[in-house]
Amino acid sequence: MKGYRRYFLNKLLWFLVTFVCAFILNFTLPRLMPGDPVAAIVSRLAQGLSDATGVQAIYQQYVDLFGTNRPILEQFFIYIKNVARGDFGFSFSQYPRTVAAVIKSSIGWTLALQFPAIIVGWLIGNTLGALAAYLKGGFDKVLMPVSIFISNFPAFGMAVIMLVIFGVALEWFPTSGGYGFDLIPSFSWGFIWSVIVHYQLPFWSIVLITIGGQAIGMRSMSIYELNADYVKYARFMGIKDRKIVGYVFRNAMLPQITGLALAIGTMVGGALFAEIIFSYPGLGYTLYNGVMGGDYPLISAATLIITVMVLSANFIIEILYGIIDPRIKAAQAD
Amino acid sequence: MKHTIQQVFRSGKFVVGFSILVAMLLIVIVYPLIITYPPLEIISQGTFFPPGIYVNVYDSIGSTRYILNLDDAAANRIASKLSNNDRLAMKDWLVAAGIPENEIDINNTEVLLDQWENNYDPKARIAGMTNAQRNYYVRLNNSLKGLLSTEGVSIAVKNAETGALEEAGVVAQSDYVNVNQVPNVRVLPLGTNSFGRDVLTELVKATAVSLQIGFVAGIIATLIGLTLGLVGGYVGGLADDVTMFVTNLFTVIPTIVLLILISFSIGQEKRGAFTIAVVIGFTSWVWTARAVRAQVISLRNRDHVNLSKLSGHSIVHIILADILPYIASYVVMALILQISTAILAEAGLSILGLGPKTTEVPTLGLMLNWALIYQAPILGKWWAYLPVIVTIALVTFSMNLMNTGLDQVFNPALRD
Repeated sequence: MKGYRRYFLNKLLWFLVTFVCAFILNFTLPRLMPGDPVAAIVSRLAQGLSDATGVQAIYQQYVDLFGTNRPILEQFFIYIKNVARGDFGFSFSQYPRTVAAVIKSSIGWTLALQFPAIIVGWLIGNTLGALAAYLKGGFDKVLMPVSIFISNFPAFGMAVIMLVIFGVALEWFPTSGGYGFDLIPSFSWGFIWSVIVHYQLPFWSIVLITIGGQAIGMRSMSIYELNADYVKYARFMGIKDRKIVGYVFRNAMLPQITGLALAIGTMVGGALFAEIIFSYPGLGYTLYNGVMGGDYPLISAATLIITVMVLSANFIIEILYGIIDPRIKAAQAD
Repeated sequence: MKHTIQQVFRSGKFVVGFSILVAMLLIVIVYPLIITYPPLEIISQGTFFPPGIYVNVYDSIGSTRYILNLDDAAANRIASKLSNNDRLAMKDWLVAAGIPENEIDINNTEVLLDQWENNYDPKARIAGMTNAQRNYYVRLNNSLKGLLSTEGVSIAVKNAETGALEEAGVVAQSDYVNVNQVPNVRVLPLGTNSFGRDVLTELVKATAVSLQIGFVAGIIATLIGLTLGLVGGYVGGLADDVTMFVTNLFTVIPTIVLLILISFSIGQEKRGAFTIAVVIGFTSWVWTARAVRAQVISLRNRDHVNLSKLSGHSIVHIILADILPYIASYVVMALILQISTAILAEAGLSILGLGPKTTEVPTLGLMLNWALIYQAPILGKWWAYLPVIVTIALVTFSMNLMNTGLDQVFNPALRD
């Protein structure tokens, strides 16, 4: 177990380091920009709200909360303290709701939508890619061009086209929202059914865009492995085809897992657009509303949460990879 | 060099992708020379005019008239005013007004109109009918007036002195004008959009701007990636550790988050197309840096590089003469990939509302953004969003095809 421990500790350290860097970037990037950020925010405030007391309250609160008149290092520590308490201030565009409340109500939707969709898309894509490599012939000839085309299709374009075909033209599924606008969240059958129906379009549009790239990657990995010497040797030995295929796909799978860890950020980015197109009440749509409302605290918090989600997913995949790939144990043990 | 290019153009995938791209570039360059309308001009009063040929009504009255006796003219005229849905709606109204259902034949226009004329009363209140439905029937009734008449329509001109209307001419039902003789005809192949702009003209300009954004961002990203990759891979040691750390860091932190934070901070007023391109360039160099570094490390200890070192050449000379030629193909492939990624990134940012400002230049992302804000997909205004999506997909598809082709030329192991 000693080998694993070193691998895990290494990965954990890397996770913490990236987290700290992402946190610092999230804090500094907006402050690096030329011009007076406070003035910009106040002018945006004045646009967003008509209620004078609301503007005053937020302004005062903003100054107190972030201490904008203090030196930047001190601001940074105030920021850390506030974030640690889960305090992101009031939302400009949805005053008097706090940013924490807005984020809390949307993060569940995003988690329930994106990660199952990405995993399902990854699994289907890899299965199709492996089949294409193994079966060759007609299946491969059809699957590959389709995959190349789909993987080049922009995520938002796919979402819009699915919306038009299945939502508007065929009217199979609702076009927006996480549940019927006339329902109140509860554990009734009507509500659960509505959630399931609203889930389909965003879910499948994310799955579809994930499939293409994965299928292409898995196909070329599998072809590479199928032509490897150990496969030929195993064939000469008379080992059954079924067993060889098992070995081949296990080996082809490993780079795909690393690929998933590296690409998860891009995938989540693409999935955010599916939420926006379908007005799905998750983080992506919240972020969109924040941008539309010039809501700086909301954007800052949402981007931070998205980064943390991606980093955590990345960390989990790396840990799983360590368990699956026996070479990790061997490499770290000596 | 010549041999390499010949080889590249023998790859089918590359040629297809390259042809699509060149065709798009040609359209983008030639179209504005032929059709010189300003791309952002607001021409339509109202939004989302469907695609078609718009003929000036005033001018067509004044144009030379030709009499054509066409048999199906009357039927076409009625069909355009009275759709099948309208007939069903009329039947509903008549049934509700107490006409027995079996007496109504919606396919017999004459009888249906007769029944309608005799029974329809705009003031009648039918139980369960909403105001909108009532208004619909009033509109329908107005459009049906004179539908079956075979008389022409009089054109009246106001007398400047008395203000009385005087008949200036009659347009018969069999009168035609030749579109070529009408002085004002505007062809809108893709209709108008949410601002009342000509979609096709704007789309061509937007494609040009998006390609420019792609090129600028791609070149910036490639230069940064190339520099970091060379420094990390060739110099090694601490420099490598630092560049690798930064590269790995920006690999895991989602690019979209950085893009959102930076573009939002720049502010709406300062965001031009060029600024956005620079921002995208500065956030998308990681993959180039990784690829270049890996290549350089494998080259670093080759004999010809060592020989160059022993001959006392400077690092700059070694990199330029002994390293760069070997990784040039990778750099070109990375550049192509960066361009297509940058075009997608611009579109994504614009959909979020963080793209270049709307008033200066159109981009593909901005066009899509406004189509989405105005609910074009739900309203069925396909001409406002579908051509944009297809253009984006074609650009990225052609570039990726070129890349796959290049990959197969330079890595023979990948050829099937």
